[in-house]
Amino acid sequence: MRSGMTQALLLWATIVAVGMAMAQSSDARKAQFDKSVYAELGKAPAKASARQNPLASDPEAVAAGAKLFEQHCAECHGADADGGRKGPSLRAEEVQQATPGTLFWLLTNGVVRKGMPVWSRLPEPQRWQLVSYIKSLGLPPKAATP
Amino acid sequence: MWLVLVSFLALAGAAAAQESPYFVTYDHYLEEPGSLEVEYFSDFATQRAGNDFVSYWIEFEYGATAWWTTELYLDGQSTFGDSTVFTGFRLENRFRLLKSEHVINPVLYVEYEQISEADKIMKEIEGHDVEADHAVPNAILRQGHNHELELKLLLSTTRNGWNFAVNPLATKPLTGGDPWEFGYAVGASRALALKASAKRCSFCRENFIAGVEMYGGLGDRYSFGLHETSHYVAPVVVWNLPSSWTLRLSPGFGLNDNSHQFLLRWGVSREFAGFGSMLASWFRGGR
Repeated sequence: MRSGMTQALLLWATIVAVGMAMAQSSDARKAQFDKSVYAELGKAPAKASARQNPLASDPEAVAAGAKLFEQHCAECHGADADGGRKGPSLRAEEVQQATPGTLFWLLTNGVVRKGMPVWSRLPEPQRWQLVSYIKSLGLPPKAATP
Repeated sequence: MWLVLVSFLALAGAAAAQESPYFVTYDHYLEEPGSLEVEYFSDFATQRAGNDFVSYWIEFEYGATAWWTTELYLDGQSTFGDSTVFTGFRLENRFRLLKSEHVINPVLYVEYEQISEADKIMKEIEGHDVEADHAVPNAILRQGHNHELELKLLLSTTRNGWNFAVNPLATKPLTGGDPWEFGYAVGASRALALKASAKRCSFCRENFIAGVEMYGGLGDRYSFGLHETSHYVAPVVVWNLPSSWTLRLSPGFGLNDNSHQFLLRWGVSREFAGFGSMLASWFRGGR
């Protein structure tokens, strides 16, 4: 029994180590966070980009989105959404100037090959609440100043 | 080894999970990259012509990348009036095949099992698995060992808050000349509320997802079909707590005479976000 468990743990630890090595090399690529990281936003289809946020006038949407952000996004994008080790800043001009539909499309589809999971597991209204929160962040002070 | 693992987990951050309610069926969502989910599950099953039993398994589920999740299972069971035994391990890998969302999203599931015939977790029903297999005393069952490769195609879609998933499966014993065996699992589920409330809350309706799943065997290569197979239908519910704990419950009901009449499955899990990064930084000396 002990040898079976030890074998299993060692084997799985090896698999996890391979996975971690892959994730780390992926992180290293992303850690630069140059402007190219936002290129995915430009891939949203026109129809998706044109979608309006149905919760744009919902007074609770930003607060609910903030809660969802803390639960699901802050780990990678930072508690203040200004970027973390694994995810770029969401206060960047590229994100803040993107249409709500574009952000919704990116949340839904993720950027799987670059480490951003798909978030279609969150119901559609919750993804729009996240979009409301992200758009409420605005540009960082430096960029906002003319 | 366990002490090291527990130390790591104590230091890793928690993340609120949004787990599916299924016990057997898989949807197409993988573990978030770098997160480790530790899960404990248990089954109680009634047994005709034998003793009822409780089986249990621990899962360590790690999101290696956004398209690859790897998992280790350690299985055991206690049969009333008989004994408690460790029954083996499973190594599971799930690979997302498409890089964005589609109407139907396929995920390839590959699992290697090294378990004894005393294994009763019923994580999947395959081939001609029937209730009578579990009536044999543990001392005899433990003497048989299975090395098995299991393949599943996880097909899943999410529309209007509903998730629908279909998992055809095929297994091949790697020792002996046993043929390919087949089975299925299907499930549907929906959160009780689609919008999140603005306040952090444990009992908000959006934290609960309910549904139903059905699973069973489809015979083997030489006798494909429903003859001498078992099938179950099971309502499922999951409670995703904001504190990163998840609780699941599912009563299951056998659909024919070859099935256990009643199953009760429950599970508790906790997600540790940033586990991979933390482990990597330890090995890099905290840089």
